[in-house]
Amino acid sequence: MSRLKSEEEYRKTPAFRFFRWLSGSKDPYVGKVEMQAQQETVIPEETIIERMRESEMIRDKIYDKTPNRAARMFQRVYVAVAIFFCIALVGVLLLAVSCLPPNGNADNPVNNTVSERYIESGLQETGALNIVSGMILTYRAFDTFGETNVLFIATCCVMILLMLDDAILKREAVSNDRRFEPKNDTILQGVAFILCPVIFIFGIYIILNGHLSPGGGFSGGAIMGSGLILYVAAFGFKKTQRFFDEHIYKIAKITALCMYGLIGTYFYMTGANGMDNHIPLGIPGHILSSGIILPINICVGLEVACTMYAFYALFRRGGL
Amino acid sequence: MDFVRNFPCISIMLCLFAGIISSGLRGKAAMLVNAALLVTNTVLSACTLAYTLAAGESFVYVMGQFPAPWGNEIRAGVLESLMALFFCIIMLLSLFGGRHKLIEGVEEGKLYLYYVLMDLLLSSLLALVYTNDMFTAYVFVEINTISACGLIMIRQNGRTIEAAVRYMIMSLLGSGMLLLGLCMLYDLTGHLLMSNIKESVAQIVAEGQYTIPLIISIVLMSVGLCIKSALFPFHAWLPDAYGYSTVSSAAVLSSLVSKGYIFLLIKIIYRVIGFEIYRDSRIIDILFVFGLMGMIFGSLSAIRENDIRRMIAFSSVAQIGYIYMGFGMGTEAGMTASVFHILSHAATKSLLFIAAVGLTDVSGRNRQFIELTGAGYRNKWAGAAFTVGSLAMVGVPMFSGFISKLLFSQAAVQNNTKMLPALIVLGISTILNAIYFMKTVIRIYTPVEDTPYPSMTFRNMPLYAVVLVAFIILNVTLGVSSQPVVDMIRQGLAMFA
Repeated sequence: MSRLKSEEEYRKTPAFRFFRWLSGSKDPYVGKVEMQAQQETVIPEETIIERMRESEMIRDKIYDKTPNRAARMFQRVYVAVAIFFCIALVGVLLLAVSCLPPNGNADNPVNNTVSERYIESGLQETGALNIVSGMILTYRAFDTFGETNVLFIATCCVMILLMLDDAILKREAVSNDRRFEPKNDTILQGVAFILCPVIFIFGIYIILNGHLSPGGGFSGGAIMGSGLILYVAAFGFKKTQRFFDEHIYKIAKITALCMYGLIGTYFYMTGANGMDNHIPLGIPGHILSSGIILPINICVGLEVACTMYAFYALFRRGGL
Repeated sequence: MDFVRNFPCISIMLCLFAGIISSGLRGKAAMLVNAALLVTNTVLSACTLAYTLAAGESFVYVMGQFPAPWGNEIRAGVLESLMALFFCIIMLLSLFGGRHKLIEGVEEGKLYLYYVLMDLLLSSLLALVYTNDMFTAYVFVEINTISACGLIMIRQNGRTIEAAVRYMIMSLLGSGMLLLGLCMLYDLTGHLLMSNIKESVAQIVAEGQYTIPLIISIVLMSVGLCIKSALFPFHAWLPDAYGYSTVSSAAVLSSLVSKGYIFLLIKIIYRVIGFEIYRDSRIIDILFVFGLMGMIFGSLSAIRENDIRRMIAFSSVAQIGYIYMGFGMGTEAGMTASVFHILSHAATKSLLFIAAVGLTDVSGRNRQFIELTGAGYRNKWAGAAFTVGSLAMVGVPMFSGFISKLLFSQAAVQNNTKMLPALIVLGISTILNAIYFMKTVIRIYTPVEDTPYPSMTFRNMPLYAVVLVAFIILNVTLGVSSQPVVDMIRQGLAMFA
């Protein structure tokens, strides 16, 4: 026998909230989402007049080339030479392209023993179903280590430009964190709550399956980095710093790069000195296979994810 | 296989490891790691040099389990290990010499980043020197470009940011052209390994089917590297980048970074295209003309300059012109002279930058010549070092610059068509060099009554003085006993072919 709920109890059920939302009597986001109209910037009239006078002065006095015939002449010649140069360059490059071997021809110079061996014996030699992974991480492992270091050094340069001192960071923590975004955006948080785990798992899947299917460290790391960025955008730096702060960022980055470096050095040195490298290739198609590719993919993935997140955090508030 | 053969690979990997680990350290620890790294690499390069000299041949080192056209490979001969040794020594001296300015000009929390950049810069220089693969070269060109930008802008003020942006735009243009040329070359030959490309290029030239794209790809690669090493019409980024960055960066950029690209171009000429094909393509004539123009216009700009650092920077344009003039001769002798000038200019230019900072320090940090009057008396070490550097640049006997000018004139005399312009411009450029360097030397040794600025003695700056003495010794050694070095260069170039 069903029992009629009292009015008090009925108000707590989801059904009540659903019908209330359906009828439009109460908006659930009112009061929860920060709904602030942007402050209108009022520029005093004197400032506008001042600015107009300055720009007029700059235009008339400093950049005025009418009395200076040589400068005007130079300007015209410069433009003409630049246009001529660009057209000439385009012409030369088009000429070069028209003389290159036609695309897709079977007897092009590109179809030689190098690509033949990659395609034909790549699977036996690297154990990777994904030829691209096998090529960049085994045959040409040194180049890829260089590329990973390009990412690393790019982060260092961005840090030089944008990193703020700890003191400034603490003082301006709140304003920097939430300068343009609304605080605790419920919609964003709800979506991030659902999407973040999926994105992370997808990124991990792509990294771990780098030797089996399209993907690998670079693409998987980028996906994980974007998941981190979504999390920060939704929940703010304070919550992110519980599991990913500057300290952990440094540890993750240094461990990943050092691991890659150590694996790489071991691989180069044993190979060059004619020794066996004792890393089993496993059975192609299994998740634990293809020798050094899987650990290197994990390292590259970590590094790329850290780099993506660090770029976002440095651009947004000047610190991690 | 001898264990020494592992040293090039070890030194490149050590640099990368040092950079990675330094990113987790504080400024002081990172500095120590960097110093240890540079000393170790100097020793390793010296061992490689001794080994290759004793063996009398170069060796290739397979980076991984797979042999050359499939895997990566590096190659070390006499010239490569000589360059690596020189780069390590000069970087060590430049960093020690500019350390006090570095601590002064860089935020304390970011000091470690400077050493991270330096470590990675060294790794890229070594890789450019040792590489035997065009794509490896491109990857490390990227690292080199980015770290050079960082080195310029680490002393943060408006000037350096602007200089870094300029440097980045020009440098990326150069990288792009290099990559474009490289792609075309790959399309024509199907290889990235230098020795295989050379075989295919010889075949293409013999068949004559793809000559036009081949020439265009050679032009693209040459122009790209010329932009990156500041040959005359592409030098607009140079004075600001060298003039306003912190002094170690200026020394390293002028004496190592641009030289790394020039060395890569030498490798491309000898090991990728082939010296005869490159010479017959007439591109060297263009390099020759621009080299000559750079020698004159660089010096003229330096004479007009009123700022000592920018004057030294403009002098670099002239000296890069000398190097390209040597390429343009199209003879073995010209190339030997160019390679020797790479070494002598690297040793001299870093000395001048480091000495100039000592002079400006005792003149209230003013860089204008009027304030520098008598600075040579206030800081005797820097004054003496600057004089030695100037004499070397002008080409006075006993110093390194004399030998390179001698080699250039010898090479010019052997070349019938280019003898006259080369010798005339060499003479004019030497006079112009003398004008602006001797003007500065006279200025710093003009006595001045009751100066407001304090003097500096050995006690104030022991490390700085030791570095200057080391630089002077290096310069005089290159000038006095140049024959073994020239022999090594000849031997190394012979190994390239």
